[in-house]
Amino acid sequence: MIYLDNAATTKPLESVVDAMLPFLKEEYGNASAVYEIARRSKKAVFTARKECAALIGASPSDIFFTSGGSESDNWAFIGAYDHFRKSNSSAGHIITTQIEHHAILRSAEYLESLGVSVTCLKPDSDGFITPEQVAESIRPDTFLVSVMTANNEIGTIEPVREIADMVRRIRRDILIHTDAVQAYGQIDLTDIAGCVDMLSASAHKLGGPKGVGLLFIKDGVKISPFVRGGMQESGRRAGTENIPGIVGFGAAAEAAFAGIDAKIAKETELRDRFFAKIGQIPDILINGPITEGDHSKRLPGNISVCVKGIEGESALIMLDREGICASSGSACASGAREPSHVLKAIGRAADESKGSMRFTLSDRNTEEEIDTAACKLEEIVRKLRSGR
Amino acid sequence: MNKTVVVGMSGGVDSSVCAYLLKEQGYNVIGVTMQIWRPENASDVSDNGGCCGLSAVDDARRVAEVLDIPYYVMDFREEFQKAVIDHFAAQYVRGMTPNPCIECNRHVKWEALLKKARDIGADYLATGHYARIAMLENGRLSISASKTAAKDQTYALYALTQEQLSHTLLPIGEYEKSEVRSIAERAGLPVAHKKDSQEICFVPNGDYAAFIDKEPGVKVPPPGDFVTPSGEFIAVHKGITHYTVGQRRGLGVAAGERIYVTDIDPATNRVTLGSDENLLITEVRAEDVCWMGLEEKEALEGIRVKAKIRYNHPGETGILKAFPDGKVSVTFDKNVRGAAPGQALVFYDEEGTYIYGGGTIIK
Repeated sequence: MIYLDNAATTKPLESVVDAMLPFLKEEYGNASAVYEIARRSKKAVFTARKECAALIGASPSDIFFTSGGSESDNWAFIGAYDHFRKSNSSAGHIITTQIEHHAILRSAEYLESLGVSVTCLKPDSDGFITPEQVAESIRPDTFLVSVMTANNEIGTIEPVREIADMVRRIRRDILIHTDAVQAYGQIDLTDIAGCVDMLSASAHKLGGPKGVGLLFIKDGVKISPFVRGGMQESGRRAGTENIPGIVGFGAAAEAAFAGIDAKIAKETELRDRFFAKIGQIPDILINGPITEGDHSKRLPGNISVCVKGIEGESALIMLDREGICASSGSACASGAREPSHVLKAIGRAADESKGSMRFTLSDRNTEEEIDTAACKLEEIVRKLRSGR
Repeated sequence: MNKTVVVGMSGGVDSSVCAYLLKEQGYNVIGVTMQIWRPENASDVSDNGGCCGLSAVDDARRVAEVLDIPYYVMDFREEFQKAVIDHFAAQYVRGMTPNPCIECNRHVKWEALLKKARDIGADYLATGHYARIAMLENGRLSISASKTAAKDQTYALYALTQEQLSHTLLPIGEYEKSEVRSIAERAGLPVAHKKDSQEICFVPNGDYAAFIDKEPGVKVPPPGDFVTPSGEFIAVHKGITHYTVGQRRGLGVAAGERIYVTDIDPATNRVTLGSDENLLITEVRAEDVCWMGLEEKEALEGIRVKAKIRYNHPGETGILKAFPDGKVSVTFDKNVRGAAPGQALVFYDEEGTYIYGGGTIIK
């Protein structure tokens, strides 16, 4: 099997599994209790929080563990709204983008149903949002700006730092959130974490376990809790801690911290190698910025293309028959492909979108795997175009 | 090398057993569920046990796991919308009574799905229809009634081409429904006792007029006049999309005798109500004809057939004649009742076994 769908999820690292195992077996204490075994759980959460914070240069006390990226996104939006409404009679205004993950888009729609005005910015043809676009949309009642760090389908890395600076110049009291689920552990986020109020991340995108994520909330930023109940996570996110998950998340963050430069270099190289090979296929369009050798505008491991004249769905099934795992970028609950809102937003025509495919690499892929996958893809495209 | 077959799996017992039988016969079986519903009404459909909701996908996936076959969900929402739903609404607006299963079989299953199946390297498409494929003496492929006449599903399959039939497998046609259920049970398929799906999968509550009202871009005809066969006003009707030729119930008109819809005229927006006698006709004409077991030239002089004018019609014998303009007529030996324009006229050999062809009924 050749696994090229690392933006969907990643294989847990050995070190992650090793770190988690004791907490699935003998270390089962509830971190809130007083006795020794519980203290060990509490300490493990403390350590993981430190590791997750270190990866983005944040303070551990600003890291709040959640059940995953979707919860973090929902919390940021709904928590920001709830807090805003405590001191405002109007429902307010938020700014986000058309190419966000559905966890953001659906949260924005939910707020809209509560009366909030929502501005959804349209990106340029490479998927970029400009600080000026954000600035122009700010209104007196704007309380939240959320622009993703990196896009899950086309890999575009947004100028979050510049956007944040621009927003701050206009108003200091607007909350700035970024969905960094695809970027956390893939690129250096120290700069971004230093300029936003909130940042969402998820463990299973960087070799950690599924079902655990975090919301970074900068010290002093006020949002209401989303999950109410106990006093866990400083009283801001209730629920007995998912200790094995959190420990695994910490181990994944630790590994990412140690190896991020090498990982970026290797993934960028593999990405460019793959692009170069499949670039030979006639009538193939690259989605997102073309950035050979560069990882500041496009995620190192992201390859997104539209192959004209074929159905991506058929190609993905044929790749699966060859043991190659790739995706169309987003899938619905049934597993069928969804028409991509991201590709539509960057101006791809409906029939171009049909031929879309996404390959997301990790530093655990090899050059041979990349060459095999590119070669198989070329063969499959030829077959599909010739009508077998 | 073993041949590869894509089985269209709805999550029901018939298509599940179809996949099971083909695997037993040594085929490389790939299970596929067509996603045809649109996100906004996904819950409507799945809540009502329609054939292709999310719960159907779950069922089909579980069956594929039991059978240990690869399984995919493929997106046919666009094709289904265009070929089935848009056509369905447009036909009603024109005063016709469409049969969406025919359009779905013709354009979605045997055009779009078969093409994708061939794309991914399959030799055949198989479905769980109660029908069989046979080669006739004239060398043409035809669909014949299944072993169990009670579940006969040949009517909605008349539009398949010779090329499509040559890439089709219908293993369920060799069995009775009860046999299919017991095969499912023996094979341990988790859907052995699932109830049969609805008539029209995308209108699970049966209120197709309300469905058409909600379709974007459809100009729904306004209320108009109910009239007698001689043209006298009786009452106001709800709009022609609410009626079908032959309909008796739900007219909202009190009359001494049993009255039926005998004609729908979209030009004047009138619906004619008449007696049972007004519905009896001997000749039914059809257009958009597809020839299956018979070639058109074999019917130019007239040929004896058995024909059905709706899916649950037992069939009546008569003479089929093909005209130079491509249309056909069947002159029945006995009167038939209530041929609704838009339904299919499907003609078989005189025994009613092999499909010769079919077309869309016109006035």
